[in-house]
Amino acid sequence: MSFFRLFTIFFALIAGFQPALASRVADTDLSSRIAALGVGGFDDLEKAIANLAASGDDRVPAILDRLGNGELTVRKADGLVFFADKVGTDFRLTDPVTGVDAGLAPKATVEKVKVNNRIRRAIASAVGALTLMSPDPAVRRTAAEAVMKSADVTALPVLERAIAAETVADVRAAMVAARATALLASDAPEADKVTAIAAIADIGSRDALGFLSGYTSTDGAVGDAARKAVAAIESRLMLWDIGQNLWYGLSLGSVLLLAAIGLAITFGVMGVINMAHGEMVMLGAYATFTVQETIRTSWPQLFDYSLLIALPVAFLTAALAGILIERLVIRWLYGRPLETLLATWGVSLILQQAVRSLYGANNREVGNPSWMSGSFALGEIQITWTRLWIILFALAVFLALIALLKRTRLGLEMRAVTQNRQMAAAVGIRTPLVDALIFGLGSGVAGLAGVALSQIDNVSPNLGRGYIIDSFMVVVFGGVGNLWGTLVGALTLGVANKMLEPYAGAVLGKIILLLAIILFIQKRPRGLFALKGRAVEA
Amino acid sequence: MSFTCPPTNSPFAASISLVDLVWGYCGILSLGHGAFFALGGYAMGMYLMRQIGTRGVYADPVLPDFMVFLNWKELPWFWQGFDMAWYAFLMVVLVPGVIAFLFGWLSFRSRVTGVYLSIITQALTYALLLAFFRNDMGFGGNNGLTDFKDILGFPIQAPGTRAVLFAASALMLALGFVVASAVVRSKLGKVLVAIRDAESRTGFIGYRVEHYKLFVWTLSAVMAGIAGALYVPQVGIINPSEFDPAASIEAVIWVAVGGRGTLIGPLIGAVAVNFGKTWFTGVLPEVWLYALGTLFVVVTLFLPRGIVGLWGRVVTRRAAPAKEVDGSGRQAGEAA
Repeated sequence: MSFFRLFTIFFALIAGFQPALASRVADTDLSSRIAALGVGGFDDLEKAIANLAASGDDRVPAILDRLGNGELTVRKADGLVFFADKVGTDFRLTDPVTGVDAGLAPKATVEKVKVNNRIRRAIASAVGALTLMSPDPAVRRTAAEAVMKSADVTALPVLERAIAAETVADVRAAMVAARATALLASDAPEADKVTAIAAIADIGSRDALGFLSGYTSTDGAVGDAARKAVAAIESRLMLWDIGQNLWYGLSLGSVLLLAAIGLAITFGVMGVINMAHGEMVMLGAYATFTVQETIRTSWPQLFDYSLLIALPVAFLTAALAGILIERLVIRWLYGRPLETLLATWGVSLILQQAVRSLYGANNREVGNPSWMSGSFALGEIQITWTRLWIILFALAVFLALIALLKRTRLGLEMRAVTQNRQMAAAVGIRTPLVDALIFGLGSGVAGLAGVALSQIDNVSPNLGRGYIIDSFMVVVFGGVGNLWGTLVGALTLGVANKMLEPYAGAVLGKIILLLAIILFIQKRPRGLFALKGRAVEA
Repeated sequence: MSFTCPPTNSPFAASISLVDLVWGYCGILSLGHGAFFALGGYAMGMYLMRQIGTRGVYADPVLPDFMVFLNWKELPWFWQGFDMAWYAFLMVVLVPGVIAFLFGWLSFRSRVTGVYLSIITQALTYALLLAFFRNDMGFGGNNGLTDFKDILGFPIQAPGTRAVLFAASALMLALGFVVASAVVRSKLGKVLVAIRDAESRTGFIGYRVEHYKLFVWTLSAVMAGIAGALYVPQVGIINPSEFDPAASIEAVIWVAVGGRGTLIGPLIGAVAVNFGKTWFTGVLPEVWLYALGTLFVVVTLFLPRGIVGLWGRVVTRRAAPAKEVDGSGRQAGEAA
């Protein structure tokens, strides 16, 4: 970039062209400037390019681009310059200004405008200068930021002129910053450089930090100012870093919450360890994949809604699988949690292998809908839309479950069964039905988690394996039978994990956290928010 | 081919009979016994690495190859002493023993029981898995320790050495069996069964439940470590995959298949499951996971006492059609 920028400015200076913010000149003017490209040697061509660029016309970059690709030819008959597209052995000529088709010309009747490396540089610089003077503020801003990164000394005169002509405040600020970096790299007086450092320090971005840290070892006032500025920026960025890690932590926490909350329901209410819970998540992810494939092949216009359509599908798939498992296996093992653990482990092996047989062992691609792609910056924090949506989705699922448990008949019965199974049965609650529904609900929520995870993780038969231990940690840490405990547990573990990561590294951070939970369980064997009462003291 | 399986797995099988000691007799389902097995294996592997000496690829007299590769200049402190066989063998016993003791002491003292204990044993082995995968831990990262040359001065590949190692494994298995049955037959064993069936009640009678549990837990971890140490020279490698929680759970199913609460059962189970695994992965590799998964489900649903229990039922059927009673978990009152 700096190479490109250097020549941009250099040749703009030779040409001495005027800042031209008007986007268009008259067609005839432009045509005559273009015609000059076809006359004379490389020196003449270079001047013609500068002259063309000086027009400031927004059609110029495209024309120069094609010139650089060797797609401009001179018609020998009248010396006019055209775009030439090869058709067989002939060339189709198009007028560069009007776009009018000028017919086919045999190869012998035209001559290509030859370019060499010097001309290519001239083209690049002319295009670059046009961008700094472009009528589009966004283009000017990008150009200014590029100059700032390259800290190009030769850019100074053009920048001065651009700043003088600039009307948009933040583009102007970017240009001033660019001028400051260029000034610092030049042999300007020390006082000017100190002022420049202050200007860069005001920006406070990571680029500014990287740039200034190059001057901290300089002697004298410049070095002092740079060191002070670097310290100031660093302390500011450190706060932003904490913010960024907090964001990552919340994001991880929401993923953990999604994966664990279904487990919290089945484990909490039924005391059932479902080792196949991760496979319910995996089923949800594969349901998403299947829905998306169907939409891709049959109704491509619905692609942006594919995840919304996948939500109920994934929920029902996983819920159905869950109810089947409960009816076929788990209900025979109530009161024997360790056997349940083994049997559901077996179920998880079967499900993994079944998916591997159906879909293959390789990762499957699940696409991002357009409203979930991309990211935006909040200060120095990068926020991707995917992560933001997942956090919102996790909270929505959580609140929906709380509402279900507190406000519905089923929720009431579920809470009754959790607190005292025998009494619940005695007052007429059909506990086997409640068990099956709870298990379906917990599994269905895992399926929903699968939809979300398909956006950020590899959809493979092993997807669930990666989450099962973490999910158990969340549930055990938060306290069984308490959804709020799961929320607090998930977010705490997520944030703690990401806060540890910069100091300990990803793997060591996770190990520390696992050991911390093991120790925590010793202190509070029933988790953060333990259910109280006789029922749990078996 | 199927014959390579039982010998190399016999130490593992021995450790499994110890899983049974804690699960079948004491009601503690450990999903992390593979960790103690692997720790013993690593201790042995470190000794074997030091025995390679200058015969490694980089011919460094002290540093194992992977350390030279990582540009380490000297041996980390925890590798010191492993060139001496007695020290290494001591560590085979001490490392799993001390870790199990600390873990058990903390857990049993604060009455972490049932599924909570199972989950944190799984977390323990998972944490160790992650740790041993790290290159800068100094245990060879995901490649583990391998390329062993000799043990106690004998070449490790020689048929004679292998025969001796196999015999040692068999001996160790027999010894483990004797120790385990001695424990089970003693008064201690009766208390263990009492703890399994009604932990609170046993405590109220006046037994220090946590001491009994801690003893049998640590004993089983030590024997798992010894088993791991015998396993490593026979297969010629130890790597972090031995810490995989899945491996530990798979070992538990051997106990369940054979019949827990019996000492001979885990042996039968280990041999049967591994024979099935060797056969399936050779003939129908896709079917193996289905078969293993189904085995988990069927055994827990229909054979709570495993093969041995099935045999016992056939024998006693004529005498009295007594209903099968399963002890664990079904304690007085609510089993939460």
